[in-house]
Amino acid sequence: MAAGSTYTKISSYTLGSNQTTVTFSSIPSTYTDLVLIAVPFSTQAGTSSNTLRANFNSDVSSNYSYTLMYGDGTSAVSQRGTNATFASFGSISQTSATAPYISIIHLMNYSNTTNYKSILVRDGRGDEYVEAWVNTWRSNSAINRIDLTRDGSNQIKSGSIFTLYGIAAA
Amino acid sequence: MPSHLGIYASQISGHLASASSYESIATVNVGSGGTTSITFSSIPSTYAHLQIRGYSPSGAYTNMRFNGDTTASNYRYHYTVATGSGSLSSGSAASTAYLPVTGGWGTSSPLAMITDILDYASTTKYKTIRDFEGIDANGSGELYMSSDLWMSTSAISSIVLSRSGATFGQYSSFALYGIKG
Repeated sequence: MAAGSTYTKISSYTLGSNQTTVTFSSIPSTYTDLVLIAVPFSTQAGTSSNTLRANFNSDVSSNYSYTLMYGDGTSAVSQRGTNATFASFGSISQTSATAPYISIIHLMNYSNTTNYKSILVRDGRGDEYVEAWVNTWRSNSAINRIDLTRDGSNQIKSGSIFTLYGIAAA
Repeated sequence: MPSHLGIYASQISGHLASASSYESIATVNVGSGGTTSITFSSIPSTYAHLQIRGYSPSGAYTNMRFNGDTTASNYRYHYTVATGSGSLSSGSAASTAYLPVTGGWGTSSPLAMITDILDYASTTKYKTIRDFEGIDANGSGELYMSSDLWMSTSAISSIVLSRSGATFGQYSSFALYGIKG
C-alpha cells in the first residue's frame, strides 16, 4: 500500500479583534476531507453559549439541516433542524464563560460535485454540554468558502482560534 | 480518546503535529455498479492506530471484520443513536463489529463516518474500535456513536467492510489512514 503524509494546515486565524464573520476562502479542492478546529468565544454577555454558524460558498438559503445529540449531565436528547439557512458547527461560549467550547468539524468529501455535503461535528464544554452533530448542505458544489458567524447580533470575540486542515486520501 | 491524536496534541502544546504523524495508507473509491465489500489488506503494523474515513451515498448497515474472522462470538458492540427528537436510544449485541448507520437515505444525502481502530497492532490486547457517523436528510436521519470490540490478540492486518443484503453504491469512498505513536 502507498503511504503519504497528510493532514496539512490550510489556514489559521487567532482573532486580534472582535469579528462579525470569520472567513476561509479560496479553499483548494485538492484534499479529500477538511477538518476545522474551533476554539471560539462570543461577545454576548453571559456564561452560557450560542450556536457557531457556518455558510458555504456564500449560500444563505434554506439548504441546510442537522441532527443533533447532546447531554447536559441530567439527560441525553436528540434534536433536528430542517430547512435551515446555516450549518451548525457546535456551540460558542458567551463572553464571561470560564471555558470555551472546542469543536472538531469534519467536512467529508467536501470537493465532490456529484452529491450533497455531509459534515460531522463533535464539541463540548465540561461545565455545560457534550454534543455531536451531523449536518447536510444540499448542494452538489465543491466547498470553496466557509463563513463562520454566531447567532444574534453579537460577534466572535478576539482571541478565538480557528484552524483549517486538509486530509488527502491515497 | 479523540479522533485525531495528533491534532489534540497540537492544541495542548500550541504546535502542529508532525506532518508525518498521520499518513494515508489506501483508498477505495466505488465506481458504477457498486461493490459488495470494501477491503483493506496487507496493513502494515508500523502505526499506533488506524482511522477509516468514509462517505457513502447509498447502502445499508455496515459490518466490519478483521483478518477474515467471521466468528460472530468474537465481536461485540454498543451504540447510542439520535433520531432527531426525544431521548437517545442505545443498543448492543454480541455478533459483529458493527458500523450501524444505514448508508444513504436516498442518493442525495450521504453517510459520513469516522472510525478509529485503536492499538490495532497489539499482540497482547483485544481491539477497541470507536465509530462516529451520521446522515441527515432534512427531516430524517440518524447520528450514531458506537464502540466495538474484536476479541483477538492478533495484530489487524486486513479489514473488510460489507453490507447486509446491499452494496456500497457508486461514489462511495473509504480511506484508511495510519496514525503514528
